[in-house]
Amino acid sequence: MNDTNAETALDAAAMRTLSAIADAVIPPSDAYGVPGAGDPAIAAGMVEDAGGDPGRLLGALQALDEMAAATVDGAAFADLEGEALASVVAAFRAERKGEANMIANLATQAYYRDDRVMTALGLEPRPPFPVGYEIRQGDWSLLDPVRRRPRLYRETE
Amino acid sequence: MEDTVDVLIIGAGASGAAMAWSLAETKMHIVCLEQGGLMNPSAYPSSGRNWEARTQSDYATNPNVRGLAADYPINEDNSPIKVANFNGVGGGTVLFAGHFPRFHPSDFRVKSLDGVADDWPIDYKQLAPYYAENERMTGVAGAPGDPAYPQDNAHRTPPLPLGNAGEALANGFNKLGWHWWPSDTAIITEEYDGRAQCINLGACGAGCAQGAKGSSDVTYWPHALRAGVELRTRCRVREITVGEDGMATGAIYYDGNGEEQCIRAHVVVMACNGIGTPRLLLNSKSSLFPDGLANSSGLVGKNLMFHPYAWIQGIFEEEMDGHAGPFKAIRCQEFYETDPDRDFVRGYTLEIQRGAPPVRTAQIGMRHGRIPWGEGHHEAYRKMFKRVTGMVAVCEDLPEEHNTVTLDPDLKDGDGIPAPKIDYTLSENSEKMLAHGVERASEILRAAGAYDILSESPLAYGGWHLMGTARMGLDPARSVVNEWGRSHDVKNLFVVDGSIFTTSAGVNPTNTIQALALYVADQMKSRLANLFD
Repeated sequence: MNDTNAETALDAAAMRTLSAIADAVIPPSDAYGVPGAGDPAIAAGMVEDAGGDPGRLLGALQALDEMAAATVDGAAFADLEGEALASVVAAFRAERKGEANMIANLATQAYYRDDRVMTALGLEPRPPFPVGYEIRQGDWSLLDPVRRRPRLYRETE
Repeated sequence: MEDTVDVLIIGAGASGAAMAWSLAETKMHIVCLEQGGLMNPSAYPSSGRNWEARTQSDYATNPNVRGLAADYPINEDNSPIKVANFNGVGGGTVLFAGHFPRFHPSDFRVKSLDGVADDWPIDYKQLAPYYAENERMTGVAGAPGDPAYPQDNAHRTPPLPLGNAGEALANGFNKLGWHWWPSDTAIITEEYDGRAQCINLGACGAGCAQGAKGSSDVTYWPHALRAGVELRTRCRVREITVGEDGMATGAIYYDGNGEEQCIRAHVVVMACNGIGTPRLLLNSKSSLFPDGLANSSGLVGKNLMFHPYAWIQGIFEEEMDGHAGPFKAIRCQEFYETDPDRDFVRGYTLEIQRGAPPVRTAQIGMRHGRIPWGEGHHEAYRKMFKRVTGMVAVCEDLPEEHNTVTLDPDLKDGDGIPAPKIDYTLSENSEKMLAHGVERASEILRAAGAYDILSESPLAYGGWHLMGTARMGLDPARSVVNEWGRSHDVKNLFVVDGSIFTTSAGVNPTNTIQALALYVADQMKSRLANLFD
C-alpha cells in the first residue's frame, strides 16, 4: 500500500498536465515492468509532497500549458506528442530551470517509493523502521596495514 | 509571571543537554528554555514510505526550507554555504550523521605550529577526560588504536560494519597506502544505557527512530530530567536582561502561546550554537551594552567558521550498500596535519558516505547529468542504484573577521525577533584544500574500482558546523569568553556551544562541543564560591 492517498489540491486539468510532465521525467517501461511517474497514484503523491500550498507547482503547470498552446495552436500540454512534446519539455527545462527541478524532485520522491517500483528494483516495499536492514561486517583484516603505521598526529609539547 | 532560578540554560541541543546534566548534581534550580519541542521518535520519517520526501521538507537540514514554527529564518543570500541546524530538544544532533571524532592535539595549537589564526587557551590534555565522559554518556561505536590520534581508553561498542562500500573503499585506501580507520560514531552497535542497537535504518539524517543514534534528547536529557533539571519547550528567548551592575539577570522569552514571559536567573548559559548565540547576544542591547551583550571586543558574530565540504562519489559496477546502514563507516586522515609541500595550511578528514537511497540516487543522477529525463531513465538509474559510494572532505576553516553573523534589518522570526544574516566567503586556503580533497578522493575512488566520479565543491547545503562567533581566549580584546567559557564582560554569563571555538579543526565538532560544555560545567562547579570574581 502506498502513502499517497491525500486529497488532491489540483483540479482535473492540472492533474492531467502534472501526469504528462511527470511521465516526461520518468516514463512507463514495459521492459522494466514499471509505471511512469504520471501514474495516478504517483502523481497524487507528488501533489501530497508539494504540501498545503501547491502554488509554485500550479504556476509551473500553467506555464507548461501556455508553452504548449504557443507551440501547437491552443493545445494543452497533456495533448502534445512526439517532437512537439519534446520541444516544449526542452524549452521548459531551459527557460524555467527552478520549476523543472522542482517537478523532477517531486516526481522522483513519489516514484521511488511506489510499491510497484520498489518491487521491480528488488526492494521490499516498506519503510526502513522498524525492521531495518542487514549489512555485512566486511573484512576487518584490511585494517592490519594501517595498524602497523607509525603515528600520524603531531605532538604539541 | 516572573520566577527566579539558579541557572538558566538557553538551548536544549548538544551543549545545553551536557551542561544541564553536569550541573544537575549541584542540586541547583536549573531551567532550560528550548524554542522547539520534545522529539517523538515514532514520528520520525523512517517510519513512513515517504521518508525521503520528508528529508526535503519538514526534516530538511536547512531551516529556511523546513520553515517550522520552531525555526527562525536566516538570511544566507551572501554565503555559498547554507546553514544546517535543527530546533528542538536535541538540537542539531537530531539530524546529525553521528560522526563523533575528537579534535587532534595540534588543533588547539594552530598559531604555534602553523603560524595561522590563534591557539586555544586550553589544550587536548585538558579536554581529554571530558571527551571520555561525553563518549561514555553518548555511546560511541569505533575501534581503539587509530594511529591518527593519541591512544585513549574510552569505551566503544564495536565499529559500524564495513559493508560492501566500506570494504571497497578500504581496499582503495590500502592500494594507495593511505590511512583509514573505522569512524568513531555516536551510533551504538550493541545495547547501551537502555538504548537498542543500530539496525541499519539508513535514515540517520532524519532522526533515529530506533534510538541508537546518540542525539542528546536520548542521551543526556533523560538523565538530566531525572536529576531534577526543568526543561521548558516551545520557549523562544528574545533577549538576555541585565541589571545596573552589568550582570545578567535572566531572560525575556515567548512561551508556546506567544505570551511574553520573564525569567530571572543568577547564572545564564548560552547554548544556541554558532548562529543562535550571537543572534541572541546581538539582540540583547541595552544602555550598558549598546553593541550587544558581551561584545566589548566587537567579536560577537565575527569569525564565523563552517567546515567547507567537498562531496565526491564514485559509480561502481559492483553492488554497494544502497541506503542500508549508517552513512558513516570509515574515515581517512592522511591529509589532516599541515604538510609544507602542499599549497595550503592545516588539513581535512575524508569521511566515507556509504551510499544513497532510491530517491536521492535519482536526484544525484539527474543533477549530474547521469540520469536523463524520459527515454533512457530506467537504464541509467539502474547503473547507479546501489552502485554509488564515496566520501566528503571536511575541511578546516580558519577564522576570518569578515565572516559574520549580524542581525538582518528586515527579517524576523514568528515572534517578531530580528533574524540573523550571515556573510561568508571561502578563503583561498579553503579553496585549495577543497580542490586537494576532490583530487585525492577521486584517486581513492578509482583505486577502489569506480568507473565514474561525481563531485560538488563546496557543498552548498553543507553548513552543518557553526563555530567561532563568540570565541574563547585569554585576551578580552580578542575574544568573547575566557578559558573556562565565562564572558569577559558579564561575569555570570557563560557560553558553551560551537560559537566559543577558537579554530574549527577538520573534524565534526559535536564531541568537542559537548566535551567543552562538560569542562565549563566542571569549572563552574569548582568555583561556585567565587564564580563571579
